[in-house]
Amino acid sequence: MSNAISILNGASSSDAVKITDSGLRGMITLRGDLDSAQLKSAVSAAVGSDIPAQRKITHGPMGGVAWMSPDELLLLVAYDQADAITAQISEALGAEHHMAVNVSDARAIFRIEGQGAREVLAKGAPIDLSPEAFGIGDFRRTRVGQLAAAFWMTQTDMFELICFRSVGEFMFDWLTNAARDGSLPEYF
Amino acid sequence: MRNRLPSGGSLIDRSTPVSFTFNGKEMKGHKGDTLASALLANGQTMVGRSFKYHRPRGVMASGAEEPNALVNLGEGARFEPNQRATTTEVFDGLTATSQNHWPSLEFDIGALNNKLPRFFPAGFYYKTFMKPRWAWKHLFEPVIRQSAGLGRAPEEQDVDRYEYFYVYVDVLVVGGGMAGLAAAREAASAGAKTLLLEQTEHLGGRLSVDDALIDGKPSGEWISQTTADLGAMENLTIRTRTMGSGVFDHGYAMGYERLTDHAPDTRGPRHRLWRIRAKRIITATGAIERPLAFAGNDIPGVMLASAARDYASLYGVGVGKRTVVVANNDDAYRTAITLKEAGLEVPAILDARPTADGPLPVQARNLGIRVETGTGIAKVKGYKSVVAVAICDQSGDGAILETIPCDAVAMSGGWSPVVHLWSHCGGKLNWDAENAMFAPDPNRPPTGADGQGFVITAGTESGDLATAPALQNAVDAGRQASREAGFTPVERDAPLVIANDEAPMLPVWSMPEQAPNKLRAKSWLDFQNDVKVSDVALAAQEGYVSVEHTKRYTTLGMATDQGKLSNINGLAVLADSLNAPIPQVGTTTFRPPYTPISLGSIAGEARGTLFKPTRKSPIDAWHDKNHAVWEPVADWRRPYTYRRDGETTQQAVTREINNTRTGVSVLDASTLGKILVKGPDAAKFLDLVYTNMMSTLKPGKCRYGLMCTENGFLFDDGVVARLSEDEFLCHTTSGGSDRVHGWMEEWLQTEWWDLKVYTANVTEQYAQIAIVGPDARKLLEKLGGMDVSSGALPFMSFVEGELAGIKARPFRISFSGELSYEIAVPAAQGQAFWDKVLQAGEEFGIMPYGTEALHVMRAEKGFIMIGDETDGTVIPQDLNLGWAVSKKKEDFIGKRAFERDFLQRADRKQLVGLLTENPQEVLPDGAHAVEDGKNRYGQANMIGHVTSTYFSPTLGHSIAMALIKGGSGRMGEVLEFPLAGGKVIKATVVDPVFYDKEGARQNV
Repeated sequence: MSNAISILNGASSSDAVKITDSGLRGMITLRGDLDSAQLKSAVSAAVGSDIPAQRKITHGPMGGVAWMSPDELLLLVAYDQADAITAQISEALGAEHHMAVNVSDARAIFRIEGQGAREVLAKGAPIDLSPEAFGIGDFRRTRVGQLAAAFWMTQTDMFELICFRSVGEFMFDWLTNAARDGSLPEYF
Repeated sequence: MRNRLPSGGSLIDRSTPVSFTFNGKEMKGHKGDTLASALLANGQTMVGRSFKYHRPRGVMASGAEEPNALVNLGEGARFEPNQRATTTEVFDGLTATSQNHWPSLEFDIGALNNKLPRFFPAGFYYKTFMKPRWAWKHLFEPVIRQSAGLGRAPEEQDVDRYEYFYVYVDVLVVGGGMAGLAAAREAASAGAKTLLLEQTEHLGGRLSVDDALIDGKPSGEWISQTTADLGAMENLTIRTRTMGSGVFDHGYAMGYERLTDHAPDTRGPRHRLWRIRAKRIITATGAIERPLAFAGNDIPGVMLASAARDYASLYGVGVGKRTVVVANNDDAYRTAITLKEAGLEVPAILDARPTADGPLPVQARNLGIRVETGTGIAKVKGYKSVVAVAICDQSGDGAILETIPCDAVAMSGGWSPVVHLWSHCGGKLNWDAENAMFAPDPNRPPTGADGQGFVITAGTESGDLATAPALQNAVDAGRQASREAGFTPVERDAPLVIANDEAPMLPVWSMPEQAPNKLRAKSWLDFQNDVKVSDVALAAQEGYVSVEHTKRYTTLGMATDQGKLSNINGLAVLADSLNAPIPQVGTTTFRPPYTPISLGSIAGEARGTLFKPTRKSPIDAWHDKNHAVWEPVADWRRPYTYRRDGETTQQAVTREINNTRTGVSVLDASTLGKILVKGPDAAKFLDLVYTNMMSTLKPGKCRYGLMCTENGFLFDDGVVARLSEDEFLCHTTSGGSDRVHGWMEEWLQTEWWDLKVYTANVTEQYAQIAIVGPDARKLLEKLGGMDVSSGALPFMSFVEGELAGIKARPFRISFSGELSYEIAVPAAQGQAFWDKVLQAGEEFGIMPYGTEALHVMRAEKGFIMIGDETDGTVIPQDLNLGWAVSKKKEDFIGKRAFERDFLQRADRKQLVGLLTENPQEVLPDGAHAVEDGKNRYGQANMIGHVTSTYFSPTLGHSIAMALIKGGSGRMGEVLEFPLAGGKVIKATVVDPVFYDKEGARQNV
């Protein structure tokens, strides 16, 4: 799929905090009974990870799993594997009521890295982004400025953020603006 | 700097001079000065004109409560009116101009109003501009608009940036004075994550000026020690230049940080709006001194006693060479003592109380200052500056005892706790008769979701005006806040404070007590809005009893200072006039923000390209490069048409339509909503949300469906494709995808939670490209990869496979009436697919078309558009879509509503087509059809309106759709559409399907 391109084709901007279009990522929306053993094993088989607790993200060798709602997960996998993994999950769940759908192309994904990354997000997300409240393993669906978004920390001072593809350019501009030199509150 | 004292000025740095201009005049100040202190240092006593009478006005206060010293600050793109000189830090290159005068501050024509005060009494607007009626629009309003407002509105776009910042803390402390520092220390020591906001650059508040010995340390030392202690605490943050400006529900508070006001050329945002969630909020906002109401109390040179003290002590500025102090309390003696010790003359202290024998009066007398008790000011002499005061017996009617020459008056009517933040979210007040002030009632705090109070006051704001109890109160507040936030306060000794005792104050609302109207008419309550004692008395006389009504009638407290100095005095005068006790009259409402905040900070980053998100399709950049004329469609932008060189927009649309009808064209339909619905009960669910039957749809097939609200009104439509036995893809309108998805989820989660159905909004997963026109199939065949023959892919069906090497799902559906395929491909490959389509289509003369061509072609076919033919009151049957409303289904949303007689009336407005008499003439959108006669209001008898109207290049005729009363029964009738200007367009009612009624073109 060489002709598939992400929203800004990998563009990045580097000011106080670096913002990068992370490129294409496989994303699968999985809705179902999160307590079901079958679902747990299907997810484990797909990404090698357990089901995350509320507002958490877990990572396995083949990808990540994020908690989206009491009956919804988001699987993060390699872009070119998304269709196959979607099918694999549906097959594993068989008749058990669920929905697995590839939404990789519906999203944009950005990396926010550098000291102050959490402050860039705290300019737009009405949540507690202090180190005590938000760390590696936490995952939050919220808004950033006027846009719906979700994000998590991949390592210290590094976040990944997803939003809808149609507003990816706006999100990039928003993040770049919030990451301007000299604009960090230096609070956290 | 003629008023700069040889010594003193703890906040200024005498080694760093600063240059600024006021009304174009170059002036000097020191780093650390406020604009007000620098102006005073330069002898600029008069700084503005009042709102109504254009009276000369000088600096009245030294902080946020300042009513008079408002200036235009900055120039060009950094110009801002109504900036308080008292809270503006002076910097090199600052430019300020005074406001509300013409032609100059010194000579102001508007001051004529001052000579005619009897023509401008309280309620003057309501009394004056009543008659004649025409005069309001043509005479009064233009004149009032001309003179309204204090500062000028900025003309250039603001070049600065603004932003928000969200934080969560255990304890928020507002105010960095003694109480705030002490409370924050207690809270943070207990382990609470604490944030302290201080509006000025400096911590310490009034303690920086007024001496006390705290735990053995003099004030200044205690402040620096405590500040250092706090600075060392990991869990405590102090932000200066940040005002806690509002308290809202659920522990939400707003902080207003001014980052570059004092250094405009620094990078970074100018203002940052902190949006803070706190478990507990401690307000340690102190108290504000009240003016006294005597004649001439607004003349430049008359100021609050505390301000005169601050200017001497903090900025080394003597506000006058000879300052008369007038007061009703002991605290003001501190001003006299400070001035005297600074080497300035204090000819007299006039004390309204019968006796004054406390430690402070004794100290003043010992310094040789003359103290007159039972005495007040009859009037201040002077106009642009103070020349003398005439003194009188406080209990009398103003008979002059003596005239004392002076150039400044320091007045103090007592202190009022700053209860604003406490009150913003519902904290209640008690009247403290001893100090004649309203103070927070700790038993009636603003409450959170748990019913517990979430705001705690600390220090003088609590009503403890003396240092020792105020400090103890602050310590207790900090401990209480930390405990309530879940921490355990650290045990430690109570603070030990040694400060001067103060004798009780005496309430004085009018000076002298029996002042005749002549004096009261010159005794100001609200300095900015020019409200005097006589105005409030007049309002009471005219029957106003509520303080809220009196406020609006007299404009007391309605200026930009929101009555910080005038409220208590005003309502006391009202109470006096009404013969009612003050607490019964009550206060007006305190609303956030505490002082005005910039509009920029409220807008935050949302300006320019970040003003509002625009949704863009995966092919957006191509459209932009290829001369798309953009049209907003909900939050999307879509090409209206693609204009070629030399074309008008209309010509471009016509070209696109003709090409589609005769060859092949391509449309970016990616914005179309797409909701995936899956589960064993998916078919049952869709039968409930659509008006027509979806459960009978075969996998691989498509069906057009309608969605109605519970009231039967049509709100969305689209094609449903059955992907498999338990999986459907529902197309929605471009603007409706989020709404429809939310609608489905709401029904599933709240009403039909027993149905096993999941939904997902997959709108953006796909780029959807419509290939339309007689040559469409040839083009698809050329793209190659699947069988697209009419046998393999008949009308209203879809297949899945690959086209041009890209995973694709073509739907054989048509919104134009032509042979048409809407092809969904993964969004990330949308551009690639689009490119391949254009490349392959070259030999067929392919061209892209925009939304206008789409609209015209759908209208030619009589297809409705949600939002054009519907407006929230239209049911499917009105649009001849009764065929899509199932009669067999047991239930669906809207079914019950259709039984209502109103929705069954035969004369409802129904969809018809219109052909104008003159085929070249296009009806205006929304034009009304009228019938003979008048309605019950004497208006033309309107029977309906045009909903869609175009010139159809296909038919060479103007066409329109309209909703007309009983329209279905009016075929062949000629209707009249009168337009503005008297013109009438006539059009014949016809079937709304204008073109290819049999559908022969799309079904090939």
